[in-house]
Amino acid sequence: MPPEASLKPDASFTTASLPPASLKEPSPAPPARQARIQQDPAWIRWGLTVIVLAVVGVLIVIPVVHVFAQALAAGVGVYWNNLFNDPDTLHSILLTLTVVPVALVANLLFGVAAAWAIARFSFPGRTLLTTLVDLPFSVSPVVAGLIFVLIFGRQGYLGPFLRSDGYSIMPYLFSFLGVALLLVAYQLFRPINRAERRGVWNYSWPVRLAGAAAVFALLVLVQQYFEIWPRNESLRIIFATPGLIIATAFVTFPFVARELIPVMEATGADEELAAVSLGANGWKMFWRITVPNIKWGLAYGIILCNARAMGEFGAVYVVSGHIAGQTDTMPLRIEKLFQEYNLPGSFAVASVLTLLALVTLVLKAGLERHGIKKVDGTAPGELGARERHGH
Amino acid sequence: MGIEVRGMKKAFGSFTALNDVSFTVNDGELVALLGPSGCGKTTLLRIIAGLETGDAGAVLFDGADASQRSARDRRVGFVFQHYALFRHMSVFENVAFGLRVRPRADRLPDAEIDRKVHELLELVQLDYLGSRYPSQLSGGQRQRVALARALAVEPRVLLLDEPFGALDAKVRQELRRWLRRLHGEIHLTSVFVTHDQEEALELASRVVVMNKGVIEQQGTPDQVVEHPATPFVLHFLGNVNIFHGRVQEGKALLGPLAVEFPDHQDREPRTAAGYARPHELDVSRTGQHGGGLWASVQDIRTSGAIAKLELSEGEGSLIQVDLGREQFERLRPVVGERLYITPRRLRVFMSDAETAASPIR
Repeated sequence: MPPEASLKPDASFTTASLPPASLKEPSPAPPARQARIQQDPAWIRWGLTVIVLAVVGVLIVIPVVHVFAQALAAGVGVYWNNLFNDPDTLHSILLTLTVVPVALVANLLFGVAAAWAIARFSFPGRTLLTTLVDLPFSVSPVVAGLIFVLIFGRQGYLGPFLRSDGYSIMPYLFSFLGVALLLVAYQLFRPINRAERRGVWNYSWPVRLAGAAAVFALLVLVQQYFEIWPRNESLRIIFATPGLIIATAFVTFPFVARELIPVMEATGADEELAAVSLGANGWKMFWRITVPNIKWGLAYGIILCNARAMGEFGAVYVVSGHIAGQTDTMPLRIEKLFQEYNLPGSFAVASVLTLLALVTLVLKAGLERHGIKKVDGTAPGELGARERHGH
Repeated sequence: MGIEVRGMKKAFGSFTALNDVSFTVNDGELVALLGPSGCGKTTLLRIIAGLETGDAGAVLFDGADASQRSARDRRVGFVFQHYALFRHMSVFENVAFGLRVRPRADRLPDAEIDRKVHELLELVQLDYLGSRYPSQLSGGQRQRVALARALAVEPRVLLLDEPFGALDAKVRQELRRWLRRLHGEIHLTSVFVTHDQEEALELASRVVVMNKGVIEQQGTPDQVVEHPATPFVLHFLGNVNIFHGRVQEGKALLGPLAVEFPDHQDREPRTAAGYARPHELDVSRTGQHGGGLWASVQDIRTSGAIAKLELSEGEGSLIQVDLGREQFERLRPVVGERLYITPRRLRVFMSDAETAASPIR
């Protein structure tokens, strides 16, 4: 029978080419991961585990323990003295605790704005912005510091201006910020329905702009009248706290935005649009819908940003100028004490920094667990439905 | 409230989502926007709601231009395709949201909001679930919460984007019936988007069929089913057999079929096609009526009330015929036998200029 004869080689060929494992497929197979563990020989499993544990031990656990051991080697009294009776060290701790929160707030505002723009709008240059957000990750911190020295330093582009009468720009800068905030608030608090807009809320754009200009002029005049800003003094940015803040903010720039963009993209704009169609204004939509949806990502981003900001060395090193008691942050102080062969002092400050890092780590782990629970609670329904019926 | 859309245009980059769309919805009507995915129906719905802005054209509510009004000023109830419930709020708070975000001046007292939300949850038969979170609800329940939330702000129009798209067949049936009853009770002007023709025909008082950003036809379900204006509508509203051919001197010659076609009296022939639904074809063993064609039976499927026959004309094109149970019992066709097919009704469309005629024999 020709048909069967021609069929047979075919059939045997297919059977032969199949790996034996796939023939057993129909039998209830254990989950893939479990199967893999069982298949790997013991020496691979143990070998890998030992290598990883050894590396973690040598690179992470021993140094951390060593920091505390060295700091406390001469006793708790000396440790305390090293930390709190050295005015320069104390100042460095306080300076770090000043610089970091300011940089954090700046990055929080920027991060939310950037994530919103990237996740919610499509505009020319959106991809470019996404890439630029990451730039501080790829640029060496030292280069970043040098850039700011070039811009704000004595010989820098803005140097002569800042030197001659640097503070003269401050009234304008602050008035501009104040007016911008006012305009944003006006837009946010305006009643939803036209019928309810009475008095101030009915002003047209030209009137509003004229009002803004008037407020601007008033603010400038008030600041000048009371001489809030010193005259004939140069405004110091480099080798001063503003420079430290700018450098720290630059280096930790991407953390919040990078955490938020995926969260906001996954949540989608539908809930926000639903809120708007139900009559919420921008302000209420943001606080009642957007913020609750992104709060875990936001908290996570802030924690990472905080950890990086506290430990920042390179960029800060360049712009600080190492003036003890003035521009030394904790990492710079550690390095300086180390160079002065003051090992106990150096390790004491290092232990504080490490402790802060450990606190951050615990917070992060806690958040992650909470976040996972949170996601587990909502995801199967919401995200599942979206996946199944996605466009 | 009546809605009027005038000359609406919308493009996303080089893709034209809407091309000069105009239609009206009368007060209290339930209208379906029906079309395949990507035909612009959802874009149109979002433009009506103010969630999207058109490139040209206007949306009028009761004759007043609403194009410049923002979504929150339009008082439109919008039910999203995936419901977009606020996942961090309970069902109760979801429904109450629209009442709570009103400006202080005309916000209801809390007790009043409470009462109203309970009333709405009762309306959608979910009062017992008020404290649950959206993730703990089934698809059908979520859909009803979304509806209650949209109704809470006492909208003048209700817009639903694929309201039953994400539900399984049985729940869909129930919700459909329920929504029709609800519309009968509250008489709120409603527009819903769907790609499911059955849903549109069953639910809507009027159907707007869209394709590639333009409206192909609008009318009552009967009108679009019985008198489709274009081949697309004919295709979209069910299976159809196509007979290719040409029209010339008032006659349509479609292979072996020939029918009167008074719309084209020229001597110049033009290509055309005749369309007949499977249930509009008769089959018999004798060719006594004439005007039909012979075809051999390829496949017979008998399930439910109708028997589906697949016949081949010889040139490879398959012809589908639906027979009623009784007719099938009388004829008892077998695979391989040759039967004579006569169309009871044939709609002829010329292919370049889409003029229609439906001679009935």
